[in-house]
Amino acid sequence: MRCAESLRVQAYFDAEVDAVSAADIERHLEHCAGCRALLQDLEQVRTVLRRDSVYVRTPPLLRAKIISALDLESAAETQVAEGAPAAEGAPAAEGAPAAEGSAQSRVAALPRAAPRPSERIPPKRRMRPFWLGAFSGVGGAAVAATFAFLLLVPRFTNPLLDELVSAHVRSLMPSHLIDVVSTDKHTVKPWFAGHADVSPVVADFEPQGYRLVGGRVDYLEHQRSAVVVYQHGAHVINVFSWGGQGRALPADVTRSGYHLAFWKAGDLEYCAVSDTGWDELLGLVRLLKE
Amino acid sequence: MDERRARFEAEVLPHLDAAYRFARWLSYTPGDADDVVQEAILRAFRAFDTLRGSDAKAWLLAIVRNCHWTAVKQQQRRAFVPLPEENDAQDGYAMTATTPDPEDVSIRRDEQRTLERLIAALPEEHRTVLMLREIEEMDYRQIAEVTKVPIGTVMSRLARSRAALKARWLREAEGEPNAVR
Repeated sequence: MRCAESLRVQAYFDAEVDAVSAADIERHLEHCAGCRALLQDLEQVRTVLRRDSVYVRTPPLLRAKIISALDLESAAETQVAEGAPAAEGAPAAEGAPAAEGSAQSRVAALPRAAPRPSERIPPKRRMRPFWLGAFSGVGGAAVAATFAFLLLVPRFTNPLLDELVSAHVRSLMPSHLIDVVSTDKHTVKPWFAGHADVSPVVADFEPQGYRLVGGRVDYLEHQRSAVVVYQHGAHVINVFSWGGQGRALPADVTRSGYHLAFWKAGDLEYCAVSDTGWDELLGLVRLLKE
Repeated sequence: MDERRARFEAEVLPHLDAAYRFARWLSYTPGDADDVVQEAILRAFRAFDTLRGSDAKAWLLAIVRNCHWTAVKQQQRRAFVPLPEENDAQDGYAMTATTPDPEDVSIRRDEQRTLERLIAALPEEHRTVLMLREIEEMDYRQIAEVTKVPIGTVMSRLARSRAALKARWLREAEGEPNAVR
């Protein structure tokens, strides 16, 4: 028979009660063996779940698809915002599909004046899910507009940022993450000597929550750069390092949902990349700088 | 990149993995989860102005849930019944931990597979509440926001799913005294 207090005990376990109720529940626990056992069960389930659940992450391919869908979407938005001049300036052949694209995605109820070229598309194509239709509609002119937009406002003002994010995403693909698997800095560091052009700081910060899991070599900034791989909770943090080029490093920045933190040490330049929070990422940077 | 897009990438995209996991617990076939997540992110981007400083993670996951239900309704309309998919084969990559464990890799993998199976066997509304609490570490209020049920229901579903998982895990572990440590 379950104790009537069991939901309150659970709330206590989940840290959902104030101090007064907590004290109250602790008194109850002292003389209710059933609730003490319940508390143990809750603890055990949590331990197993957090230890053995695989922290599934977004497949890199899906992430890339989503980013390019967002690119199309923001290009379309910019077009709508800038509206009239873009439509007037564009040649008629491109103007029509552009108008249709925004009509489909935004004001679907707008009556159509005249038959458009796309209505000759075989009916099979219209049976795709809505968003596919919307995007193929935007497609024609928007591709041109996107390129113009990208040229005007380069997404990656610095090619290094692009390279780093790509390298990080690539590393999350199966079996690309680690070349030397070791939690021992005395294994990882000498390994770099034979494989990379630089010898970065390697340390394990397991007590602080950053577990050293291995190292890898990536080609970056026209040299074989060393990558030290850490794990923090469910997140992978790649710490890239390469020989300094004597120019200013980019400022810390977020690209495609990944945070990039830069710093210099000696004649080496470092960048830590991860989808973990800024605080967690900068925590590792602080440790590495010490 | 325009300013709105940059803010979206900084505030919402860090929760992409959580959204993907949530979609996987909801629909439990990798292909469906992909579509649901992509649709959800686009909807979120369009509706980004309505976020206004509230909890981005709970907001995004609520959108994922809406997209999931839209997809389910569409499938029912088309009377489309997907064939049961075997997760292990084509999805080996996503279900594999990103970092190999130096020790007892194979034991852990067996336990993971057992656990995955037990979690998958829970009813959907129990599974989601449990995973939002234990894996995404959301509080009751956030879970209520995502699943659109009162906090009292969140609490009772949590209690039931935890008890069910514990009981099933114990049953699995019989004859394998080392399984539960």
